Amino acid sequence: MSSVRVLVGTHKGAFVLSADGKRKDWTVSGPFFAGWEIYHMKGSPVDPDRIYVSQTSGWFGQLIQRSDDGGQTWHQPGLASEAIPPPGPPSALPNRFKYDTSAETGKPLTTHQWYDGTQHPWEFKRVWHIEPSLTEADTVYAGVEDAALFRSTDGGENWQEISGLRGHGTGSQWMPGAGGMGLHTIILDPSDGKRIYIAISAAGAFRTDDGGATWKPINKGLVSNFMPDPSAEIGHCVHHIAMNPRRPGVLFMQKHWDVMRSDDAGDSWREVSGNLPTDFGFAIDVHAHEPETLYVVPIKSDSEHFPLEGKLRVYRSRTGGDEWEPLAKGLPEKDCYVNVLRDAMAVDTLDDCGVYFGTTGGQVYASADGGDNWSPIARDLPAVLSVEVQTL
Amino acid sequence: MGGELSSSKPNAANVRVVLPYHLRNLAKVEGDAAIEVVGPLTLNSALDALEQRYPTLRGTIRDYETGKRRAFLRFFVCSEDWSLESMDRELPEEVGAGSEPLMIIGSIAGG
Repeated sequence: MSSVRVLVGTHKGAFVLSADGKRKDWTVSGPFFAGWEIYHMKGSPVDPDRIYVSQTSGWFGQLIQRSDDGGQTWHQPGLASEAIPPPGPPSALPNRFKYDTSAETGKPLTTHQWYDGTQHPWEFKRVWHIEPSLTEADTVYAGVEDAALFRSTDGGENWQEISGLRGHGTGSQWMPGAGGMGLHTIILDPSDGKRIYIAISAAGAFRTDDGGATWKPINKGLVSNFMPDPSAEIGHCVHHIAMNPRRPGVLFMQKHWDVMRSDDAGDSWREVSGNLPTDFGFAIDVHAHEPETLYVVPIKSDSEHFPLEGKLRVYRSRTGGDEWEPLAKGLPEKDCYVNVLRDAMAVDTLDDCGVYFGTTGGQVYASADGGDNWSPIARDLPAVLSVEVQTL
Repeated sequence: MGGELSSSKPNAANVRVVLPYHLRNLAKVEGDAAIEVVGPLTLNSALDALEQRYPTLRGTIRDYETGKRRAFLRFFVCSEDWSLESMDRELPEEVGAGSEPLMIIGSIAGG
């Protein structure tokens, strides 16, 4: 019988929630890496027991952790042994994210736009998102702050920047949003191994069609009124992008304000906010089997990061956007003032698609019927930063 | 546990390092970390030896790229704050003799 494993990254550690295919009775393991911020954790589609974790701390910096047994044990890649290591330079530096500014790459970009209009040095702060390869268990991508894309081909032991992204031409104009200049979304195209989508706050969305060598902004149709030119090519605060793997050319975006849709791999976007009560939000996802069924969690505004009227609602569209219905069964009806962050929603691939999201109040809600009914599968965790689901 | 030295090199200083809770966990050390430092004993040479012995600590105390102390960590030696001293200044004899530890302290900040 199938089962699901929900990987929950929180402000103070990682948790693994497990259930069988009925998704009624849940066991919670963790906290792993207790006391550390877990921005994201995600399993390899090739080897589900291989799970990568971004562990970070304002005191101690960034660590990458890996499990090879489905989350029972963890180690920093390449540093599994507790024995005294041999002398000489280390072969694995799993936590080192060094920007590629070498002349050989032709991308010696070292500064970006700062709040005061000056250029500011690129400074590595943390890994926001980890995206394991669809085809190789040892290949994994990392989106980092300050915005850049890294790749490891040895299971996370060493990382190299895909420098064509920062160096494609607009990098010097990128500017941090209030939450930092993070590369938070990485989508690998299952039909084309050389196509990758990424998104950065607050630069926008970008695509490569050649495995990362060259990139282009894909922000046509986005309108952001906080910018001097609301339709500029760069500068949009894209919060998250979702794609149904069965239709890789169709993308859905939760922007700072506006829910957007692209039917041409991001070349153009149109707004599909429709009748949403507010189109501000962070999380967005697509049903596993119905590519026109979307989920968002409307948040009141960029000034008030909580649901409208204290009622936590997921909104679902079965028409690819424009027409939305509130989903409330099992969700708080009053006095709810949590947020749902950009990487904190996910779907499973069971026949009756499960939908999951976590809140900054430490609840993880799940629906085993595509959103019709919800129940908390964990109530009192630290603030949830990310939710991923593995269908096993 | 992992803090015990298995052998000693001649002329090596045996240094005790007091780590913050999270770094003890990372290094899987109970109590103080024990390291050997050959040559001049400085913050940099002690941290080099610490990272060589406990690779899971690499980058957690000094920034990978700049080699500078992370902002929210402090170095205390013989009841003095060495955080702003040159990382290449020689440490007091008591540290090399093992009678005084090198203390790495996480500043009290945040929640």
